Amino acid sequence: MQRSTTSRRAGVLGALMVSTILALTGCTAGSTGTPGSATDKNTLTVALTGEPVNLDFTTTAGAAIPQAMMSNVYEGLVTLDQTGAIKPLLATGWETSADNKSYTFTLQEGVKFSNGADFDAEDVKFSIERVKSDAWLNGLKTKMDVVDNVQVVSPETVTVNLKRPSQAWLYSMTTLVGAMFDPSGVDDLANQPVGTGPYALESWARGESIKLAGRDDYWGIMPGIKNVTLRYFADAIATTNALTSGDVDLVYNMQAPELLAGFQSKPEYQVIEGTSNGEIMLSMNNNVAPFNDKRVRQAVMYAIDRQEVRDTAWNGLGTLVGGPVPPTDPYYEDLNDLYPHDPAKARELLKEAGAENLDVTFTVPTRPYANAVAEVVFSQLKDVGINVKIQSAEFPAVWLDQVFNRHDYQMSVVLAVEARDVLTMFDNPDYYIGYDNSKIKDEAALADESDTANYVAGMKNVVRTIVEDAASDTLFIFPNISVAKAGLSGIGANSVTEALSLATIAWS
Amino acid sequence: MLIRIAKNLARFVVTFLVATLAVFGIMRVLPGDPAAIAAGENATPELIARLAQEFGTDRPLPEQYWDWFSGLLRGDFGVSYVTRTDISPLVLDKVQVSLILVTLAMLLALVIAIPLGILAAIRHNKPSGALISGLSQLGIAIPGFLLGILLVSFLSLRLGWLPANGWTPPGEDFGDFIRRIILPVTALAGVQSAILTRYVRSAVLEVMHEDYLRTARAKGLSPTRALLRHGLRNAAIPVLTVTSVQFAALIIGAVVIERVFVVPGLGSMLLTAVGNRDLLTVQSVVMVLVAITLIINLVVDVLYTVLDPRIRAANQ
Repeated sequence: MQRSTTSRRAGVLGALMVSTILALTGCTAGSTGTPGSATDKNTLTVALTGEPVNLDFTTTAGAAIPQAMMSNVYEGLVTLDQTGAIKPLLATGWETSADNKSYTFTLQEGVKFSNGADFDAEDVKFSIERVKSDAWLNGLKTKMDVVDNVQVVSPETVTVNLKRPSQAWLYSMTTLVGAMFDPSGVDDLANQPVGTGPYALESWARGESIKLAGRDDYWGIMPGIKNVTLRYFADAIATTNALTSGDVDLVYNMQAPELLAGFQSKPEYQVIEGTSNGEIMLSMNNNVAPFNDKRVRQAVMYAIDRQEVRDTAWNGLGTLVGGPVPPTDPYYEDLNDLYPHDPAKARELLKEAGAENLDVTFTVPTRPYANAVAEVVFSQLKDVGINVKIQSAEFPAVWLDQVFNRHDYQMSVVLAVEARDVLTMFDNPDYYIGYDNSKIKDEAALADESDTANYVAGMKNVVRTIVEDAASDTLFIFPNISVAKAGLSGIGANSVTEALSLATIAWS
Repeated sequence: MLIRIAKNLARFVVTFLVATLAVFGIMRVLPGDPAAIAAGENATPELIARLAQEFGTDRPLPEQYWDWFSGLLRGDFGVSYVTRTDISPLVLDKVQVSLILVTLAMLLALVIAIPLGILAAIRHNKPSGALISGLSQLGIAIPGFLLGILLVSFLSLRLGWLPANGWTPPGEDFGDFIRRIILPVTALAGVQSAILTRYVRSAVLEVMHEDYLRTARAKGLSPTRALLRHGLRNAAIPVLTVTSVQFAALIIGAVVIERVFVVPGLGSMLLTAVGNRDLLTVQSVVMVLVAITLIINLVVDVLYTVLDPRIRAANQ
């Protein structure tokens, strides 16, 4: 009896072993080719880092949701082209009133939402008013505060009346606050987005991928590739591994420049470098010692060699601008010369401020760019007599809590990704940077209310004042790097909006 | 025997209870307010307050605990703060992925370790036995994630034989499932097989010196036949214990491997949820891990009682 049980057990175990071995060896032998090497002209797989937690940017902050959804599933009345200029999209055009307070949009005809509903002026009214309502929880909703009311003139015409003229408002309409919704399609935005865009959500495997399918009833130019999968990876190395082994076709917004060399030398890949809206911002808490002394902040500006920071930390990729404005914004100007690298001057200023042998805590979020930058900043500041103690803060949780919300820090560094965010950062003394905005408040308001030419001139002045005051040091503009298989075309190099626009991409 | 099983069950329940309290407590002392994180960088204080109210994180802790705990008992983990969807179906989905990965890894480890361990024991004073011991020592020293990275850079990036990462459910495309799971399973099984080989070796060595084996050999059986017929069953008990402990450790170890290979299992889910301070999700995933570990231990304890007549006798 005992013997038979033993041998039966041994038999079962043996069978299991054999079948496992067979399964494992059998399939190794079967897969000799490069995985996924066959290129299907109608499918595209894009690798991204930072997955959306849900699909509803009206209630959830973060860049990942609009990256996947805007331009693809949702569209606005207006959009940005690759140079950062405002272009019509769901509106064929618009007229502004003489006092610059009213915008009358003429709408595209024959536009349908992915649920079959027609798009018309009522939807515009609904969408804009909804941003102002309690339904929206995303903090960006304040961009719509300037809107007084929305009037439906006809099904194809709609007028938006502002409380005061605002140059910034039309630009905001190109971002996620300008997304157009169907009143019957907002019940479950977290899982079922409904928009007018070229793609509709096909499926979503949480934590893995989002599948988008090109719509046959799209009003505009049909997308170049019908089936797109956005695959999400925890880190940059995993994305390039997937590209090398043929699982993905495109790595967008790559986060590890040191991995590029291997792709630049191979003809089967293309590396596309563009610019983005993101500033690598070395923030100094203007409200606490030692940075409540302008001379100390200026000393840091002189002490830091921004070119060396960029070259060392980010392989020379990214744009040196000297101020908190990316080159694709209309009021950009090159401010690199305001604070050239001058360690002697930095030491002098520190001496003047009585701040020699300074000890500073540098709170560094746990992000690759921040760690890379922190080491260079550490040695450059040490060179002028500022002893930096690096303190790591888990991002986003701890950094948001400690630095952003409680302002409990002296110096930090973060990638500020929000578009046209110079006033968000500096025209608010309660913001974590703590810049005293009394010098720019009136000029910024005046600029926003004037015409385009005066807006640009006024904002240039505002930005110059901020930089002269050494409110923060903009180390460099984060590059937008894409690595793709050689046969892909139509990938937008610049990331000027939050969206990764997929419809223009095609296999050549 | 029944008393022993009842005791095991009681211990299971108490440990589970204590674990819920510990996990809940630890999550509350982590820095970072979930409402503030969900509100993001453009948040106003009013928005953060509103989200806290919506999430219920502004309520007294005992109340939050009871809501979560009573939900757990019903199998309802609640609604995630961040994804705004039910947690339970998602956890169930991810648990399957992790269990497939870990079970295959354990099977592979046993397939390697049992014959190697027995061989090392039988030849313990020959060079081949020493070689196996040395190799297993080396295997223990190499962390699974490192082995994973090595496998990826050689087998997928250099040779292009297997995908570097990703997951296909077995039901969707079985061939692709196998191709994708080979590397993570091997990475996980590598260290395990080394550990288990050493345990099998010492367990077998121990029984080889037992009186009953000497008796068996005196009756005319060869040493190997005596061992196979009478020794292995006794050697199996310590190996079974170690296997169960290691199985639990493997589930935890899979967290890192899942990240390296982008396998959408519990580990990946846990890391993402911790980063987002998605407290309910983290609590639920951790409790699922705890429950799996406890259940394995319970099953092993019961099996033990059934398998080993000495333990059975001691309780009667």
